[in-house]
Amino acid sequence: MIKKIRILIAKPGLDGHDRGAKYVARALKDAGYEVIYTGIRQTPEAIVKTAIQEDVDFVGLSLLSGAHNELFPKVVDLLREKEAADIVVFGGGVIPDSDIPSLKEKGIRAVFTPGAPIKDIINFIESVK
Amino acid sequence: MPKDKRFQDQLKKWEASTLKKVTDKFPERKPDFSTGSWLPAERVALPEKEDYQSYMENLGFPGEYPFTRGVQPTMYRGRFWTMRQYAGFGTAEESNERYKYLLDQGQTGLSIAFDLPTQIGYDSDDPHAEGEVGKVGVAIDTMKDMEILFDGIPMDKVSTSMTINAPAAVLMAMYIAVAEKQGAPRSSLTGTIQNDILKEYMARGTYIFPPKPSLRLITNIFEYCSAEIPKWNTISISGYHIREAGSTAVQEIAFTLADGIEYVKAALKAGLDIDSFAGRLSFFFNSHNDLLEEVAKFRAARRIWAKIMKKKFNAQKPKSIMLRFHTQTGGSTLTAQQPDNNIVRVAIQTLAAVLGGTQSLHTNSRDEALGLPTEESVRIALRTQQIVAHESGITNTIDPLAGSYFVENLTDKIEEKVWKYLNKIEDLGGMVHAIENGYVQKEIQDAAYRYQREIENSDRIVVGVNKFTIRDEPPGDILKVNPKLQDVQIHKLAKIKNERNNEIVPKRLSELRNAAKDPDKNLMPFILDAVKEYASLGEICNILREEFGEYQESIVL
Repeated sequence: MIKKIRILIAKPGLDGHDRGAKYVARALKDAGYEVIYTGIRQTPEAIVKTAIQEDVDFVGLSLLSGAHNELFPKVVDLLREKEAADIVVFGGGVIPDSDIPSLKEKGIRAVFTPGAPIKDIINFIESVK
Repeated sequence: MPKDKRFQDQLKKWEASTLKKVTDKFPERKPDFSTGSWLPAERVALPEKEDYQSYMENLGFPGEYPFTRGVQPTMYRGRFWTMRQYAGFGTAEESNERYKYLLDQGQTGLSIAFDLPTQIGYDSDDPHAEGEVGKVGVAIDTMKDMEILFDGIPMDKVSTSMTINAPAAVLMAMYIAVAEKQGAPRSSLTGTIQNDILKEYMARGTYIFPPKPSLRLITNIFEYCSAEIPKWNTISISGYHIREAGSTAVQEIAFTLADGIEYVKAALKAGLDIDSFAGRLSFFFNSHNDLLEEVAKFRAARRIWAKIMKKKFNAQKPKSIMLRFHTQTGGSTLTAQQPDNNIVRVAIQTLAAVLGGTQSLHTNSRDEALGLPTEESVRIALRTQQIVAHESGITNTIDPLAGSYFVENLTDKIEEKVWKYLNKIEDLGGMVHAIENGYVQKEIQDAAYRYQREIENSDRIVVGVNKFTIRDEPPGDILKVNPKLQDVQIHKLAKIKNERNNEIVPKRLSELRNAAKDPDKNLMPFILDAVKEYASLGEICNILREEFGEYQESIVL
């Protein structure tokens, strides 16, 4: 049997806007993936710890407060530090277009902004798995 | 004119009593109101053939039970709603400048957005605050920041709304202390604190303490403020965020009123008299695009709350029975695609709020799905309200959609469904239990999921998102917060901590700790004493964290 793809959906930072994160988590579950959701207000350290413990293939970060430039790269760096750089990190939320190139440079593989259909996220997952 | 003579008699009675009481003190904006072609715009239109008895039970007259047609007898013929744009970012200095700009542009009240560390009781130098300082609102660490925020703004004249919940007591204390320093008498202070913790657990997320001590803080504020700052709205029971989390209009009203019931029960349990605080309860709702359903929602909410207060809690004063509310247009209805389309959405939502009889309104800016709004976008949003107020004519007649078969039926249907939820929540042992066991969150999430699936399947059209799309949109301007801001704020905090009286601060904090241990003590005076000595928000909240513990989210997927 092939191992099912495991995805952690996580909310770093302090904002409580979890509608998007919960929708993505549930829609990915319905699409056949194994999905874990952290809940809100998680530190990058806690997210990385969960990602490693749960042996996930992807971490999807959702943030709507504007702290993405600080917190998304921190998750990538901590994964590298813990020798878990094979875990693919992607993100979503209210993220200005102008911030996306630098996030990608820092190792966030894809960024999905408001209105992105779920099939875009699924296509991304299938393209890098 | 109505056929049943009793309508005429009742109208005359209403004009001579309820209406006259208000117009004697506050005359209407104009001696006569008319339509665009100079036909008379009636103050309040009455039904042609309706049954008198059922009309009086379900609708009544404006400013009278059950308040379906509005809480004031003149509504916008007297004065318009308060135009109150929620704003705040960066440092207190920057926000102070934005407030002065907004007041200059004809805004009539302030609404303060705090950054997330402030909302969760962390100082700017706390590790949890990393990346978040000054992002979604202004950073307030000590009373010093509040002094800067209101520099040159007369606190006895301006009405201020503060979106603050878990640490509401601390920010309220800072506000009172700064007003005192400005020389504004306490009795002159008007405004609102959100102070609504229950919706934080189910939808908004800026909780700190568990429900029990949180409810204690809330009732402490009720008690302190009703004696000290009697014109202050001590809570804004909020459906806004419940709706943003994906609930339906029915759920928004049901869960908000259920929260309201819980707060009233807590205050009664603490020994307060219903009419001593109920008049200072205010509400906060969302306004979405489904115009007629939104109007029916607001009308139903007023009627249901009136019944609850009168029949369940036996409130006597009309002020205690009427549901007064602030509205904000729906943030989640805004699209990042073709953002100028959002101006139209906001205009529809503004109409809904005004036709629904709101007391104050924030209109969202077109670019809020992209980031913080620019000054130009904020101005267009405010102009939208001003156009509806001055040009649309819907402000000349009270509750103009009353009597529409569709709107009245919808109002009734919403009421019926809301009662079903309220009874169900009562069966579950009240709102705290319904939240703790995840019932409410599950209901909201199921609605949110269904809505989003409909968009994904194009069963629901969102213009510019799943239909009428364009490729390669030009990027718009957005406002960026200075990334160095966190350092600036940390430096400022260190300086204050260095300059304050560091012998007295620990003393004040330990007095607060002792008071927290005694559930019969009102914490407000202790918090006020601490903030006056420039104890920081984080220091005060950490004491309370140690005494009260922290809430853990119950995750429902």
